[in-house]
Amino acid sequence: MVMQIIFMIVAVLTLGSAVMVVTVRNLVHAALWLILALLGVAITFALLNAPFFTVVQVVIYIGAISILMIFAIMLTRRVKQDTGRSVNPGWWLAAFLSLVLFAGLLWMFSTWSGFSTTLPELPAGVDQVRELGVALVSPNGYVLPFEVASVLLLAAMIGAIVVAWERKS
Amino acid sequence: MGDPISSIGNWLESILLGWGLPAGLVSAILALLGVVVLCSFLLILDIALVWVERKVVARFQDRLGPNRLGPFGLIQPVADIIKLLIKEDITPLGADKVIYNLAPIMSLATVLLLWAVIPLAPTMLGADVNIAVLFIVAVGALGSLGVIMAGWASNNKYALLGAFRSVAQIISYEVPMVIALLIPVLLARSMGLQAIVGAQDVWFIFLAPLAAVIFFISAIAELGRAPFDINEAESEIVAGFHIEYTGMKFGLFYAGELLHALTVSALLSTLFLGGWRGPFAEQVPLLGVFYLLAKAFIIYYVIMWVRYSFPRLRIDQMLGFSWKFLTPLALVLLIVTAILDKLLVGVSQPVYAGSMLAANVIIALATIQLLRSYAQLRRKRFPDDRPVATAPEADFKELVVQE
Repeated sequence: MVMQIIFMIVAVLTLGSAVMVVTVRNLVHAALWLILALLGVAITFALLNAPFFTVVQVVIYIGAISILMIFAIMLTRRVKQDTGRSVNPGWWLAAFLSLVLFAGLLWMFSTWSGFSTTLPELPAGVDQVRELGVALVSPNGYVLPFEVASVLLLAAMIGAIVVAWERKS
Repeated sequence: MGDPISSIGNWLESILLGWGLPAGLVSAILALLGVVVLCSFLLILDIALVWVERKVVARFQDRLGPNRLGPFGLIQPVADIIKLLIKEDITPLGADKVIYNLAPIMSLATVLLLWAVIPLAPTMLGADVNIAVLFIVAVGALGSLGVIMAGWASNNKYALLGAFRSVAQIISYEVPMVIALLIPVLLARSMGLQAIVGAQDVWFIFLAPLAAVIFFISAIAELGRAPFDINEAESEIVAGFHIEYTGMKFGLFYAGELLHALTVSALLSTLFLGGWRGPFAEQVPLLGVFYLLAKAFIIYYVIMWVRYSFPRLRIDQMLGFSWKFLTPLALVLLIVTAILDKLLVGVSQPVYAGSMLAANVIIALATIQLLRSYAQLRRKRFPDDRPVATAPEADFKELVVQE
């Protein structure tokens, strides 16, 4: 009961901040609302008993991505107060498409059996983080997707270095 | 016996349960009380830190420091606080009020948040989460958010510049810091701080001295203390991100900075110096608190020592030091530690510790040798690189206004 009340508060907070992100005029305010929305997602992870994802959500999305965004926004101080229209003429199409997508997702989830099945209890004394780590690198687990993602990130990093490289003519 | 905190907790719990309150509410009340007690203790300690900081800097600079109010000037911090409280509270024109007022709270609250995972004693710990090390990194990121908010909301160019510098510094020093944090995690096989303390039969500073040094340096950078205090360099940007803050709002930044330094010292003690471990700490948990604080204050003294002995770095030197020196060193250290740990499966503890220490010493010597040969190469290639102060060419007598 208490958990459900907390979940409702967090959900409203997350969605409300997400709406604020796209509606406020001031870009820095939008970035700060985005941080609040991401924090709401982190709290949802915590409510789901997944501390690792909570902390990783904060480290990556708030600590790295949002701060870099604010950094970039602050460097362009002129555009922080945008006075133009915030919707373009095609807004109804976007609204229609997202409504269709939402309805589709709702229909899919309403027929999904995952909601009614109770998850097996974790045996006591199991370190979730250790299990996750083992699963990521074991051949029976997810080693291939994990390594592919690592190679992708490495390629992106090398690409960034090449773009930033000062060529001596 | 020797564990009054737990006894008081149990006593309160039995009283509250006796009143017929539900068990969930009782544990919530006790948790809240624990938070209030811990935070009050830390903030009172913070007041003492003001005195310690001023007294120690005075000794370093061959002065006496505060000595008028009370014995050894002990009441001086109280007078400082009264002064801060009754000063005029100014909000600059054009400031973003909500963010402007939120920033000092953020910067102190994130420091207090770190103490949630630091084990004070075998029985005293806010939350024994199994991801405590990552939690430290996450909270550090939130702390840098407070600095950005202060710098941006003040509507002041110096404040904004200070925030820029601060962010650049924190982002670059987070990388070696996280890699250095991985080494105690690897040695203890856990990310929980209580487990890391429990694994330190040999203090990790003997197994991984270089990791401790890297963590120490990047922690000072994250604190924004000299020699990494370019985010508030007085000679360049007046006071940096907190330039517009007055009264107690400035006081919160100041208190946050001092307490952050002590928190980082406590973290370093927990990760590398055995935390609360010491003689009889298991039997008498209060001794554990004493040991932790004693170790933390020794590290805090070293931080002050560094602060008042080194000149400020230039921003390019600071970033280069992180990316070109600390990060590669930390990566090499992590790889060597991981491989050595796998190779040394099943050997006795002295052999294990000795090999780890030897590996660290070899890496340190190799690093110094590399730096030396690089410096020699550079000196050979650019013989006139070293800037020398020369007399100005213009004759300044002509510039003096004739009267």
